[in-house]
Amino acid sequence: MLSRTADHLFWMARYMERAENTARMLDVNYQTGLLPQHDDNAEEEGWRGLLSISELTESFSKKYEQVTARNVMEFMVRDETNPSSIASCVRAARENARAVRGALTTEVWETQNQTWLEFMRVLKDPAFERDPSSLFEWVKFRSHLSRGVTVGTMLQDEALHFLRIGTFLERADNTARLLDVKFQALAGGDYFGPTAAKEGLEVDFYHWSAILRSVSGFEIYRKVYRNVIHPEKVAELLILRPDMPRSLAACLNDLVLNLEMVSNQQSSETVRRAGRLRADLKYVHIDEILATGLHAYLTQFLDRVNDIGVGISRDFLVPMAA
Amino acid sequence: MMSAYDEMHGADQQVRGQYQVYQRWLAQQPPEQMQARRSEAEMIFRRVGITFAVYGAKDEDGSGTERLIPFDLIPRVIPSAEWTVMEAGLAQRVTALNRFIHDVYHGQDILKAGIVPSEQVLENAQFRPEMMGVNVPGNVYSHIAGIDIVRAENLEDAADGSGKYYVLEDNLRVPSGVSYMLENRKMMMRLFPELFAMHRVAPVAHYPDLLLETLRAVAPAGVNEPTVVVLTPGMYNSAYFEHTFLAQQMGVELVEGQDLFVKDGFVYMRTTQGPRRVDVIYRRVDDDFLDPSVFRADSTLGCAGLLDVYRAGNITLSNAVGTGIADDKSIYPYVPKMIEFYLGEKPILSNVPTWQCRGKDDLAYVLAHMHELVVKEVHGAGGYGMLVGPAATKAEVQAFKAVVKANPTNYIAQPTLSLSSCPTFVESGIAPRHIDLRPYVLSSGKNVQTVPGGLTRVALQEGSLVVNSSQGGGTKDTWVLED
Repeated sequence: MLSRTADHLFWMARYMERAENTARMLDVNYQTGLLPQHDDNAEEEGWRGLLSISELTESFSKKYEQVTARNVMEFMVRDETNPSSIASCVRAARENARAVRGALTTEVWETQNQTWLEFMRVLKDPAFERDPSSLFEWVKFRSHLSRGVTVGTMLQDEALHFLRIGTFLERADNTARLLDVKFQALAGGDYFGPTAAKEGLEVDFYHWSAILRSVSGFEIYRKVYRNVIHPEKVAELLILRPDMPRSLAACLNDLVLNLEMVSNQQSSETVRRAGRLRADLKYVHIDEILATGLHAYLTQFLDRVNDIGVGISRDFLVPMAA
Repeated sequence: MMSAYDEMHGADQQVRGQYQVYQRWLAQQPPEQMQARRSEAEMIFRRVGITFAVYGAKDEDGSGTERLIPFDLIPRVIPSAEWTVMEAGLAQRVTALNRFIHDVYHGQDILKAGIVPSEQVLENAQFRPEMMGVNVPGNVYSHIAGIDIVRAENLEDAADGSGKYYVLEDNLRVPSGVSYMLENRKMMMRLFPELFAMHRVAPVAHYPDLLLETLRAVAPAGVNEPTVVVLTPGMYNSAYFEHTFLAQQMGVELVEGQDLFVKDGFVYMRTTQGPRRVDVIYRRVDDDFLDPSVFRADSTLGCAGLLDVYRAGNITLSNAVGTGIADDKSIYPYVPKMIEFYLGEKPILSNVPTWQCRGKDDLAYVLAHMHELVVKEVHGAGGYGMLVGPAATKAEVQAFKAVVKANPTNYIAQPTLSLSSCPTFVESGIAPRHIDLRPYVLSSGKNVQTVPGGLTRVALQEGSLVVNSSQGGGTKDTWVLED
């Protein structure tokens, strides 16, 4: 398959996944804001955290004076000057699909195109401001549809593998960022580890349940642990459980699986690094991670995921002339 | 101007034979239902993304330039007997044109015989000296030709009221629109399946198969399993939808210039599994942009070194380089003579009488009669750079006279044909609108094939004769009825 085609497929899947994760985070923050807060700053902190997850604090503050729910949602949903807004992601996913529509099944292309057309219409509809949650639900649903129609209609060849690689690489990145910011937000530093400041912190059911809900993990948590919510277990579920579809371990399993299917002469180092990261996740114990500090762990994880992304680009997507 | 030949109605509003069943059906359809079908068609075209880009245009919200080509629900119907003649005429014409191109780049017999003036070929901007002596597979240059045909009143016998087909233009470089022919049929079958049960409409859906067969047949000698690709200028090109559509339907890669490179005398594409050799390029990029090392140096749409590989016979370009010499409007008047010269046959399809402003007498005639003529630039296309005399103001005619006088060799003129009309849905209901027809002719050197019909374009403005999509034209499904 053409390298450029693979590149567009990879980014199409990444952008759709990013749109979904952004919708998930916005929704959780919005829902949390509806709860009575014991701390006046808590809501604003939540929105700040969301901006920092996506490394957008700076570009946000250039456009808006105050961090309010309304401003952040405006910025993260419809502002197309923000490359990470849902609008930008949906458009980019569709533009990438359009660039290679011949490599997609008709159903996949029409799903992407329809998502974009409807989203443009929804943004003009004032109902979105009254009920943002239903928009977020819709984005998640369209992303489910996009993945489903991909797996359900495409030939299981390279095209599908590059789509899947894009999905899982993006999801690994997004889940790690979400964990990082949510654990830090509560502690004002590192929640676990040698410098942990958790003594005296009230373990807040609503905080942990919000994290779980944002990755569709609340019911899964109950099912897996049959217990009240402990932060250590939340971390374990979202990092190490291979059967939790949005956990880092699950993402790496699927990433490696698909990467091995497309490997070529120059990709062995990238495949090795991905396999190594997957093995680390498979054999590490959650206590080891927490002992060294969650923030430190996630930071190196994000670096390694980024490094794998660069490798994939170099080996497959934009190779030099041979 | 006389009233135009109407495709559906003859004298005294009698419905012509080929339209009788359709007409009876249409009369029974409630208007609301037809309106609903129109909206449905538009919605589907948008969802499928069958759009084209208008250069320099913007949507209402300023965000994009993707437009739908208006699709009309009333088909253009061609009786089988007419099609049989047209099909033979198309094959004859395209065969002669291919012979002409080969001749021009080899022995130049037709120039030596004095049938086409040498300077009109050799000094033509479309003549590619790089192609002299280059042999192409099967001696075929224009593998895909789009021949524009109109029906007008019989110019030799204006009083008889019958229509006659004329070739208006040959498109031998990168003719577009075939995807609309295919999508229009798909749409009609989806919206009105019952009509296809009531009529024997000749199918067209096998076009991509014929195209692939043609492209494979013209692969470089010795290549048994050729790798065929479609080369597009990219997603911002006005015909991008068609490029993706054809590549997908044929199951071949759609490449851009940046995906290709030349090494050791062959063309390769960059793939995820390393370089892969390419044998046939169905290029939807003009000659000028194909190879920056030979033609336009600023082009990023092609591939440097491509022309050397081509001249060495290691890649087939479809269509060949240099076909523009045969579809130039200044060469058009000679096509009937080419048919006689190369094939020894009488032309089956007629040319429109044409005045060449390069000739003194012709120029004088054109200047004196410009208000009743259509004047065209010899290299113009897409309805740009032309004047429709009867539709122009006095001032416009005067201004155009000055333009023609300044550079007469650049213009030709033809009588203003009253293009045939076909009933069409418009704001006020159903009304006649002018139409043309573009059949697509495929030549492999072994055979010449045409799927029945082609693309019918319709000028949606009342009285307008300009059918180009860039000028607000629409399209119709085209039915060739089998007996």
